[in-house]
Amino acid sequence: MWKWLHPYANPEVSYHFCGKLQPWFFRLSFLFLAIGLVWALAYAPADYQQGDSFRIFYIHVPAAILSMGIYFAMAVAALSSLVWQLKLADASAAALAPIGAVFAAIALITGAAWGKPMWGTWWIWDARLTSELILLFLYLGVIALHNAFEDKNLAGKAAGILALVGVINLPIIHYSVEWWNTLHQGATVTKLGAPSMASSMYWPFLICFVGFSLLTGAIACQRFRTEILARNSMRPWVRNLAIAQTQGS
Amino acid sequence: MQFDSFADFINMGGYGFYVWLSFGVSAILLVYLGWSSARQHKTMLTQIAQRQKREQKLRQAAAKQMQEQGLKMPEVKPIDIPEEV
Repeated sequence: MWKWLHPYANPEVSYHFCGKLQPWFFRLSFLFLAIGLVWALAYAPADYQQGDSFRIFYIHVPAAILSMGIYFAMAVAALSSLVWQLKLADASAAALAPIGAVFAAIALITGAAWGKPMWGTWWIWDARLTSELILLFLYLGVIALHNAFEDKNLAGKAAGILALVGVINLPIIHYSVEWWNTLHQGATVTKLGAPSMASSMYWPFLICFVGFSLLTGAIACQRFRTEILARNSMRPWVRNLAIAQTQGS
Repeated sequence: MQFDSFADFINMGGYGFYVWLSFGVSAILLVYLGWSSARQHKTMLTQIAQRQKREQKLRQAAAKQMQEQGLKMPEVKPIDIPEEV
């Protein structure tokens, strides 16, 4: 049943497949983000308590969800790379880390810019904020380890172990607002059952979230292909490709 | 439309600075990520191509030297490591 997946374990097939997917991910993400962000900024109603500062929600929450989702995906890839020695899993883990780090940084910065007018402070050492900051540091550690070794296999192993240990942080981030007294509000959309917000606010959020996810897919395809090249630079298909692609310039 | 005028839209009910700071910083970070990813891909391809040119030059120099000494250049096959997944 899953045999059709097998050819994609070949780096060359995966490289070209992702090359075909990438522009479609980009186009769709621009479409979704254009609709979603204009809706969020201009047409969605203002919050009855927070006024228009609530519009930060439309990037803050998708970025925060993605920073955790990408971390989970990276950890699964790291596990497959450590256990089954899948070279492409290692390449995808290395490709995902910088994207997750950017989303973690966006979640923290937009959170600070939202916290200042609402809570009266840019930063507070509260459970949710601190655990998200640790997530950013975990990402930075994984990226640093990937770049610390000349040998990509060794680098992948070291970074993979850090990524797996860091998974413990994901439930801590998610439940921090329940386990500890915190300034951060509880879950609005990432919970079981119906989201506790009006549909006029929920729809633009959903479109923004899909847009950011598609953008993640597009950049992940791009970075994954670079990682494949780095790991296969001695193979004839990569050498021929490099010659063919750089001849024009 | 939630706003009466463009100035109203920029003002964001008094929260303009925080809203536009959030959207601006996010846009800058994401655009930079996309741009640097594309640039890294190009750099990788250029490096691989340059290394080949260097290897070719070395091979040609060796061949020339051997020819001068009246020796025959051994044939070099491209390295092909069997694919392992």
